[in-house]
Amino acid sequence: MIRLPIVLLFSAALFSIGVYGVLARRNGVLVLMSIELMLNAVNINLVAFSQALGSLAGQVFALFVIAVAAAEVGIGLAIVILIYRNRETINIDEVNLLKW
Amino acid sequence: MTGHEYAFILLALIGTVAALRVVTARNVVHAALYLVVTLASAGGAYLLLAAEFVAWVQILIYVGAIVILFLFGLMLTKAPIGREALDNQRRGAAIVVALAILAGLIFLIQDAFSWDGPKIEPRTGGAAAVGESIFSRYVLPFEVVSFLLLAALIGAIVLSRRDDLT
Repeated sequence: MIRLPIVLLFSAALFSIGVYGVLARRNGVLVLMSIELMLNAVNINLVAFSQALGSLAGQVFALFVIAVAAAEVGIGLAIVILIYRNRETINIDEVNLLKW
Repeated sequence: MTGHEYAFILLALIGTVAALRVVTARNVVHAALYLVVTLASAGGAYLLLAAEFVAWVQILIYVGAIVILFLFGLMLTKAPIGREALDNQRRGAAIVVALAILAGLIFLIQDAFSWDGPKIEPRTGGAAAVGESIFSRYVLPFEVVSFLLLAALIGAIVLSRRDDLT
């Protein structure tokens, strides 16, 4: 028997840490890792509400989120490696060709 | 407070501290290894919430596959060491935004539920029940996800192939 707000608090902490990582990191791979932290926070919420409401839909969608996250990491790392091959850097603040 | 709850709070603390280390580590490989700790503690949290199948999928896909992909990505790119090389100049603004989001979420949570709010009953979450649900009610989203995975696979191959190999 776990109280629901405790689970939601854990997920809120993970989400805001992920937001900090996305905003403060400049290495492309580390930004992708922070995005994974945020997706995990969402998954924890989905599973917690699924168990609290007694419906399996939340767990099924948590599985879908995991699959989409795997696809996203594959494409994201392919893009990062392509940028590294072309620009010799993966610092995303130096990749500003489309900025203005 | 029950034993389950103490175990969950312990796992949550471990996961939060490891997540903080992920976003503050000065060595990218250490960040990836701390990410393993965070993901594994999330898997443990799923087990405590009795979502058995999601927990094992989390361990298999996240810890087994995604972290390995991250490590490959780090090895194939030059990974500098040190805070200045890994963080940008707007760290202070990022801290403010993250704390504002955390405060907003905590306000919403305590607004919607009191702190000794609804308890989570351990309900079904085994592979049989989840599989039956996926392949009966959610079979169309399942097919869409498999098509997305195929598209991502082809996209990754096209992106990382060298152009002179036609």
